[in-house]
Amino acid sequence: MAKEAQQQVSYTVEELVAVNPYNPDILADLENYVNEQVSSQKYSLDANLCLLRLYQCEPERMSPPIVARILIKALMAMPAQDFSLCLFLIPEQVQSEEQFKTLIVLSHYLETARFRLFWDEVAKNCSLLESVPGFQQAIEAYAVHVLSLTYQKVPRAVLAEAINKEGLALDQFLEYHVANSGWAIEKSQGRSQLIVLPPNEFNHPELKKNASDSVSYEHVTRIFPVLS
Amino acid sequence: MAAYDADSSAGGDLAYDPNFVPDSVKTFVVHLYRQIREKNVYEIHQMYEGSFNRLTDRMFRESPWPTAEAVEPYVDGDHVFCLLYREMWFRHVYARLTPTPKQRVESWDNYCNLFGVVLHGVVNMQLPNQWLWDMVDEFVYQFQSYCQYRAKLKNKTEEELQLLRNFDQAWNVYGVLNYLQALVEKSNIIQILEREKEGLEQFTVDNGYDYQGGSNVLKMLGYYSMIGLLRVHCLLGDYRTGLKCMAPIDLSQQGVYTNVIGSHISTIYHYGFANLMLRRYGDAIREFNKMLLYILKYKQYHQKSPQYDQILKKNEQMYALLAVCLSLCPQQKLVDENVSTQLKEKYNDKMTKMQRYDDEASTVYDELFSYGCPKFITPSAPVLDEPLMNYNQEAYRLQLKMFLFEVKQQQLLAGIRSFLKIYSTITVTKLAQFMDVDEATLRTILMTYKHKMHSTDNDGKIVSNADIDFYVDDDTVHVVEAKPTKRFGDYFLRQILKFEEMISELEKVQLD
Repeated sequence: MAKEAQQQVSYTVEELVAVNPYNPDILADLENYVNEQVSSQKYSLDANLCLLRLYQCEPERMSPPIVARILIKALMAMPAQDFSLCLFLIPEQVQSEEQFKTLIVLSHYLETARFRLFWDEVAKNCSLLESVPGFQQAIEAYAVHVLSLTYQKVPRAVLAEAINKEGLALDQFLEYHVANSGWAIEKSQGRSQLIVLPPNEFNHPELKKNASDSVSYEHVTRIFPVLS
Repeated sequence: MAAYDADSSAGGDLAYDPNFVPDSVKTFVVHLYRQIREKNVYEIHQMYEGSFNRLTDRMFRESPWPTAEAVEPYVDGDHVFCLLYREMWFRHVYARLTPTPKQRVESWDNYCNLFGVVLHGVVNMQLPNQWLWDMVDEFVYQFQSYCQYRAKLKNKTEEELQLLRNFDQAWNVYGVLNYLQALVEKSNIIQILEREKEGLEQFTVDNGYDYQGGSNVLKMLGYYSMIGLLRVHCLLGDYRTGLKCMAPIDLSQQGVYTNVIGSHISTIYHYGFANLMLRRYGDAIREFNKMLLYILKYKQYHQKSPQYDQILKKNEQMYALLAVCLSLCPQQKLVDENVSTQLKEKYNDKMTKMQRYDDEASTVYDELFSYGCPKFITPSAPVLDEPLMNYNQEAYRLQLKMFLFEVKQQQLLAGIRSFLKIYSTITVTKLAQFMDVDEATLRTILMTYKHKMHSTDNDGKIVSNADIDFYVDDDTVHVVEAKPTKRFGDYFLRQILKFEEMISELEKVQLD
């Protein structure tokens, strides 16, 4: 079956996953794709879930380094729930290995917004995480996201802890977002800066579109016979 | 009548003779064969649901039906009929008896042959949707059953182990998934549903049947296989892919999936469960609510059906899962009054406990999750060397563990919720004092609440599931109560239709 695929136009991995996902022959392709995602900062949850399913069916072919990379990429996808989705497919004995335990702890800290503890743990595990480019930025983006859900105005210290930046690095970060993301900086009574985050429907409830009273088109068509 | 009596006494006294075909069975297969050839779907349905079960109750309560080989001569040796008959034969064994290991393997072979014929041959029968649904449902059920069976290695005899070694391809997970996938693809069902949205197909209107002399078998097996795939993926713990397989079916409307109650319940149950695991509590609550309301209204009509027990069981499981969802995400207004009453009757105490978020709460979550969840499976082949262990609970334990971990992460949110209900504004400092934590911890709890109460849908959009919401301005928390939404539009639509109905009824009345 794999030979047939080679004779025809060679499929991209995404196509393979869409068309023929329940096929142990594509395991090597999927593993290569994980490495490709890491090196070129792409991401495909479906392809990674497909690979984890294949590992589930043939545990002797499972590669721990690949699984670790999948999990790190999943962490970077937060706030999406990809990390748990992957864990659902990884057997308990595997999850209890050291590197996976670390990753689970990191996920736990992120899920419960314990950023201080998170960054401390990251510092202890540089080697594991540095191999995946873009990790730092992805987590920073998640931190900003959670802050944007919660705060209209966030104290500088809280932001600093969340994105693990201080002093000059933090100032540069703020400058960038003031210029590009609609942030503003205020002075709060005597103390340090307050960062004003752009309004969205979650931190400014008045912006929430009240979609509840709109009636869908399909429902209105139900009374057309009556109206005529 | 005498013939029946003679048959039943013969069945009871002598050992089961697989080749003995009582007269009533002869009549049954001859009639069924003829109805299938003449495409009388209604008659087929009567025989399939009615006569088959009556004969089973009368003569085959504790023994299998005669073998397909034995009835073959009465149906012109029709190969496809025998495959169908054999499928019913094995289903009966699973339902009323216990299948032997050899029978499990033989059933797998039969499904391979049956699906093979459907996929490659030109099948031009029309069969009742109930039968086609039952085929797919049973296929997945037997797969699940086999995985459970072969994961219990401890007390297996050498003979059983040898069978597992010899027939290691039987019920292999790739095979099962690939057959379901093949049925979906070969039937073109996804394209049919797409074209239907543009008015180019009559699939739903015709309930999947073909009124131009064609066959509904491949189409409907393809349709039901989408639900089958959702179910298998849930059993494996891959909820996202399961939901993706079901995506072509629009759950906001009636459809072919609602016309057979078994498929309706299976769809909503697995859809709801997958959403629960994906933290999309709002979606889960909505769908469970609709289904439970439906069952409440219509279950009386299914009392005589052979599926009645199954319906009741799934009903209870969904109440348990609904209780869990509502404890994690209190959105009472999403639940219909009648369903809410039933829920309170069954789970009021337990829900109060779960919303307390202490250790006792954890026990209740464990109990309800375990009761309501599907029977998860380990798809990998068993390792047949010593020491032989039972690992049939592993998959379930993993899913339970992950679920309880999630519950634990949400533990402190209940505390926040109770304070947010009372205050409209409160400083971070004060709230921290009330909750007996330091300020930094409180800020993390506030952010956790926001994160957990907002889920990401398939397109990456953030959706709020929160009943009580807030925002923080520097060091003050401002609480926002979600306005109770009055659905005027919906209400008016319903009343318009109701009045129209009443008027046409009145117009029919003739005064003397």
